[in-house]
Amino acid sequence: MGEAIVVTSGKGGVGKTTTSANIGTALALLGKKVCLVDTDIGLRNLDVVMGLENRIIYDLCDVAEGRCRLNQALIKDKRFDELYMLPAAQTKDKNAVSPEQVKDIVLELKKEFEYVIIDCPAGIEQGFKNAIAGADKAIVVTTPENAAVRDADRIIGLLESSHVESPKLVVNRIRPNMVKSGDMLEIEDVLQVLNIDLIGIVPDDEMVIKAANIGEPTVMNPDSQAAIAYRNIARRILGDTVPLMQIHQKKGMFTKFKKFFGMG
Amino acid sequence: MAVKSNHVTIKGIKDGLVFLLDDQCELEELLGELRYKLEHSHQNILTGPIIHVDVKLGSRQISEEEKQTILDILKQKGNLLIRNVESPPLASELVPEEKLALKTGMVRSGQVLHHDGDLLFLGDVNPGGTITCTGDIYILGALRGTAHAGVEGNEEAIIAASYFAPTQLRISEMISRPPDEWETRETVMEFAYLKDGSMEIDKISNISRLGRDFNVFKGV
Repeated sequence: MGEAIVVTSGKGGVGKTTTSANIGTALALLGKKVCLVDTDIGLRNLDVVMGLENRIIYDLCDVAEGRCRLNQALIKDKRFDELYMLPAAQTKDKNAVSPEQVKDIVLELKKEFEYVIIDCPAGIEQGFKNAIAGADKAIVVTTPENAAVRDADRIIGLLESSHVESPKLVVNRIRPNMVKSGDMLEIEDVLQVLNIDLIGIVPDDEMVIKAANIGEPTVMNPDSQAAIAYRNIARRILGDTVPLMQIHQKKGMFTKFKKFFGMG
Repeated sequence: MAVKSNHVTIKGIKDGLVFLLDDQCELEELLGELRYKLEHSHQNILTGPIIHVDVKLGSRQISEEEKQTILDILKQKGNLLIRNVESPPLASELVPEEKLALKTGMVRSGQVLHHDGDLLFLGDVNPGGTITCTGDIYILGALRGTAHAGVEGNEEAIIAASYFAPTQLRISEMISRPPDEWETRETVMEFAYLKDGSMEIDKISNISRLGRDFNVFKGV
């Protein structure tokens, strides 16, 4: 029996889909059998980020309503034999499926896969309830901004009162130069408010945008800082002890970053 | 023994006597006077046929043992039949409502913690989170969200927190927002209270100056 992990944030645009795609791919890279599930019905993106949009035939709603078998809706990844995804429907809305239906599907997937990564839509309504219904664990994604931290706090509260085990935090899109100049919330500040375990920090990286546009998860590119951060998160999910990435302490690293942003 | 003070008042009613016992003086003094009155000054009045007696203690708190002493004194007079002893409820029965309740956890964004009475909360109240109480709020942790003390109109209620950085404070009907310069202040434990209709903030060490009946420790 595998493990289902929901990736959620409350606020939109903080990088749930990117995080789901990259953690899923990183786990596959480490030899695990993984299935990505997009529960963002009506606004699906995971297929685009994974570059699998043109292969969709059936979706989550079709499975839920019995129009096809689960295996028929699963899309095999281009790069890994052990990586699959279950896309969301684009034509319907969140009320098209019920939490029970999603739970059954996830339960079914857990029999076959070691990890089921569920990409949660923004918000706290039906879509969120659907996404967490089948999850065993949760990863909360936030950026170092007050608005995102507020929403993450709300989500953590909701998760704590649900069946999902203690959520883990990913702080995404950290800008080293802004943290250094004191214009960005420190990771410490974020942790002090949210008070949950940190599972990873991901620097802001232009490569991520580029990769999403060409439909190839960043994690495939070993030159990207974000890729290394996502690989570290995947290893921590597997139980390895990996030290946190040094974002701004080391000067050498910082100059490397500057090169990244074309400033060095 | 000459007793001039009047701690024991004996009143006659239609079907008996009422002993009104002063509730401010020392108990020993009271008992002494009671004995004196029964055995000396009022001896004559108190002999004769059987009389029903009511004893009223006012607001004096007495133990079962002390109550028995009073009854024993009255029983020495064979003709006094004690019908009723009126005393305030025992201290232990009063306490539950006033006792400080203890809660732990975290009040996160969107969550509301309500408590009837005074509350000692061990944990943080995050921005977007709300804690409301009919009495005082004491937070051992960070107050970053909203706190509302004395929600049912208690203007004497206070809000205290180890780390005082609220989004908003409310006491009774009064709403206050901390000024921006708070951010840079020293981190000492503080509390908020109402004074002449406006909200004030002070160090926790000055809480005893509020003039409320806090149990103030004065040293030995």
